[in-house]
Amino acid sequence: MRLKDTLENYTFVLPAVLIFGIFYIIPFIWVFQLGLFEWDGIMPTKIFVGLENFKEIFSADPSWWQSMRNAGYITLIALTFQNALAFLLAWACDREIKLKNFYRAIFFIPPILSEIVVGMAWRFIINDVDGANIINRGLIGIGLPQLAHNWLSDPKSALTTVALVHSWKGFGWGFLIFLAGLQTIPRELYEAARVDGANAWQTFRKITIPLMIPVIVLVAILTILGSMQAFALIIGLVGGEFAGHTSVPVLRILASMRGSSRFGYACAQGITFGLILVIISFIQYRFSKKARQMT
Amino acid sequence: MKSAIYYKSKKITLNVIIHLFLLSVAVTCIYPLLWMVVSSLKTQETIFSDLSLIPRQFHFENYLLAWKEGGFGKNFLNSIFYTVSVVGGIVIVATMAAYAFARLRFPGRNVLFIMFMAAMMIPIPGSFVALYVLLNKLHLRNTPLGYILCMINVGLSTSIFLLKTFFDKMPKELEDAARIDGCSKLGIWWHVALPLAKPVLAVVVVFNALNVWNEYILALIIFDSRKFMPLQVALQTFQGEFVTNYPLLMAGLTITALPIIVVYLLMQKYIVKGVTAGAVVG
Repeated sequence: MRLKDTLENYTFVLPAVLIFGIFYIIPFIWVFQLGLFEWDGIMPTKIFVGLENFKEIFSADPSWWQSMRNAGYITLIALTFQNALAFLLAWACDREIKLKNFYRAIFFIPPILSEIVVGMAWRFIINDVDGANIINRGLIGIGLPQLAHNWLSDPKSALTTVALVHSWKGFGWGFLIFLAGLQTIPRELYEAARVDGANAWQTFRKITIPLMIPVIVLVAILTILGSMQAFALIIGLVGGEFAGHTSVPVLRILASMRGSSRFGYACAQGITFGLILVIISFIQYRFSKKARQMT
Repeated sequence: MKSAIYYKSKKITLNVIIHLFLLSVAVTCIYPLLWMVVSSLKTQETIFSDLSLIPRQFHFENYLLAWKEGGFGKNFLNSIFYTVSVVGGIVIVATMAAYAFARLRFPGRNVLFIMFMAAMMIPIPGSFVALYVLLNKLHLRNTPLGYILCMINVGLSTSIFLLKTFFDKMPKELEDAARIDGCSKLGIWWHVALPLAKPVLAVVVVFNALNVWNEYILALIIFDSRKFMPLQVALQTFQGEFVTNYPLLMAGLTITALPIIVVYLLMQKYIVKGVTAGAVVG
């Protein structure tokens, strides 16, 4: 009876465990195995190369580190510009204000769209240099036509354009979480501060910011993890790596796999990248603990 | 001494500035999408010359062309099919597992649950390479079934987490009553637990539907044939195929984006909950 009972209970988790085991655990293990081989994905024999793939990543693959720098640049803009905008908007909405729900609904439209749709819709506007591209039209209008150009086909501005469109897609999401955080701050605290004669800036600095630190850290960690791994937006927006100007790690992994048919090397790149991401979020988590203790 | 009028006008000025700021950001959010929809109603000849926000002629036939000649009809139905199957699969598989993790006893329960949770937090950016190899071996690559199973796996951890949190807090009395009436465990799961979980199920459904509809990388590596592709990958293929027919491409983008926006406007509450829940999990 007991055994039958236990078996019956197992049937409840069996489908989940089967799917998870086959499509998560097995690939997870294989990534680490394949990383030690040189293999084109087709041949029945794989050549064991030990840690050669990793050696190559660290000593002989500048394009990989270029892609890391690019992703870092996109992340930096997302962390500063995108999150500052998100916070500012949330702060502006965290009061008795008309149309609050309208703004909230609109700001969250870009985050629910796919990166491909966002990339292609913006590409269509940006490529149309003196048509739909209203910023260029503005530049021409104020007599600076030399500044109006296709930002995506210019190697100097392509990556920044990618980062800005990425921020456009992402700020509404940060806004929502910041707003939810701001609304948990008891109004009495603001009242008390005003009675004590604190001005708006002091209240912001001494009450809002310290209480928001956990939320800010959460948004920062998720922004880093999301921005470092963003790539479909670049496919939609630029069409690909643009000779390295807009390459990011995931696009590199994809190129190692599909372009040069080096499955082992692609896995080694994936492991390296995954480890870097884990280290970043760990450092940030530790750092945030310190920051919380200090305030 | 500053009068009440001074403070009042100061407050109004501040409000105007805030609204101008919020409104300008809102316009920036809408403009690319509006332009996309408007452009889908122009022709290849006028699309770069007619810069009005309201086109002189509405070419709704572009949608018919995109649907048939552009091939987006098939891809649209594919996207619907994948979304429904994956979400349906997740609802069944995840509620069963979450119910067991919350209520039933069996050896290894905690280890299994921790494994699911760990999967949610460890990023493995290279896993699609191994997944490609695995699907090849199982002869599931370039098949809808392979894609659906992979996508069920993608949504599983988060859904189990959300559902288990709910089942943990659910009062036990109703289940006890059902058990006394002779209901089996499976019956209790289906007749008692699932109906009670409706609010959290709505979040799970919306969250996963959005995920599947917008998914790109797995669809890219799994499908070679356009007839199996969901919209996201087909759009990219369409742009690469010929000299791009922009109105049709814009029509394709619109039929990809519009269902999401409509569902979002109707079910905002659940999407917002799903997103904040996802964030807290991470």
